[in-house]
Amino acid sequence: MKDAQMRTPMRRVRGMGAAHTGTKDFWHQRVTSVAGIPLTIALIVIAIALLGRSHAAAVQILGSPIVAIIMLLFIVNIVYHMWIGMQEIIVDYVHEDKLKLAALMGNTFFCFGIAFASAFAILKLSFGV
Amino acid sequence: MAELEAGATKGPQRPRPLSPHLQIYKMSLTFVMSGFHRVTGFVLYFGILLLAWWLIAAASGPNAYANFEWFMGSLIGRLMLLGYTWGLIHHSLGGIRHLIWDTSRGLEHAERELLALATIVGSISLTLVVWVIGYLAMGGPR
Ligand code: HEM
Repeated sequence: MKDAQMRTPMRRVRGMGAAHTGTKDFWHQRVTSVAGIPLTIALIVIAIALLGRSHAAAVQILGSPIVAIIMLLFIVNIVYHMWIGMQEIIVDYVHEDKLKLAALMGNTFFCFGIAFASAFAILKLSFGV
Repeated sequence: MAELEAGATKGPQRPRPLSPHLQIYKMSLTFVMSGFHRVTGFVLYFGILLLAWWLIAAASGPNAYANFEWFMGSLIGRLMLLGYTWGLIHHSLGGIRHLIWDTSRGLEHAERELLALATIVGSISLTLVVWVIGYLAMGGPR
């Protein structure tokens, strides 16, 4: 009780920000950016290597362990990165509370959907069936 | 007490700095590239659907893959892919610029403008290089 009264609004806000997650997101944005550089180069190389190839060849290349691992890393890293990034965009432009919550939730759904669908596809390409 | 008014609502607060409105800033290449970084991030966010489609199509079988290839071979598909390539490269270079700034380097006016110029010139050149290599890998334009 007393504590709640003593707290200034600043105290509640400090280290939290509009999405209530604070500087952790800022740091993770940086980590995923650094990791994103080599992974993006790798993605471009893989995409070029697959241009114009038959389905069978594409499956073989995408399913080979090194390529599959790189693709999985790319997806997981970039989905986390863009989830934080979109959250930042939403809190900058959407100020109405309910709309903001809906947008933040939609962001999470979209990112999870992309991550799981892509990861499933890569694993299926690797393990066959 | 007058100085307390800016940014203060009620209660014992220090005045927080207020940032001026968007139109106040002087136009500069840095300013435009900053906007580009956000716009490319936003577009890439949805562009990842292409990547997911590619992977899911490959995992689904020859027919699904043929559909994907047909779409990417169409004019719209190629334009989207070109846009995605440029966006990805531009955003990555812009990201590297941000990471350089995070080390407190490159923040002087001239350095900022140079970095901004390097991002746009670099992203366009690299996109061309990637597409030329792509077409060469496919054995010429089709
Ligand atoms: C498909 C890949 C990518 C997507 C979908 C994506 C998406 C985003 C989004 C939505 C934002 C938020 C934009 C903003 O707040 O203005 C962002 C910010 C950022 N991105 Fe990416 N990104 C991708 C790849 C990369 C890569 C490869 C790098 C490597 C350097 C990178 C570096 C950054 C940085 C440093 C920021 C923060 C900028 C700031 O603080 O304003 N991104 N990204």
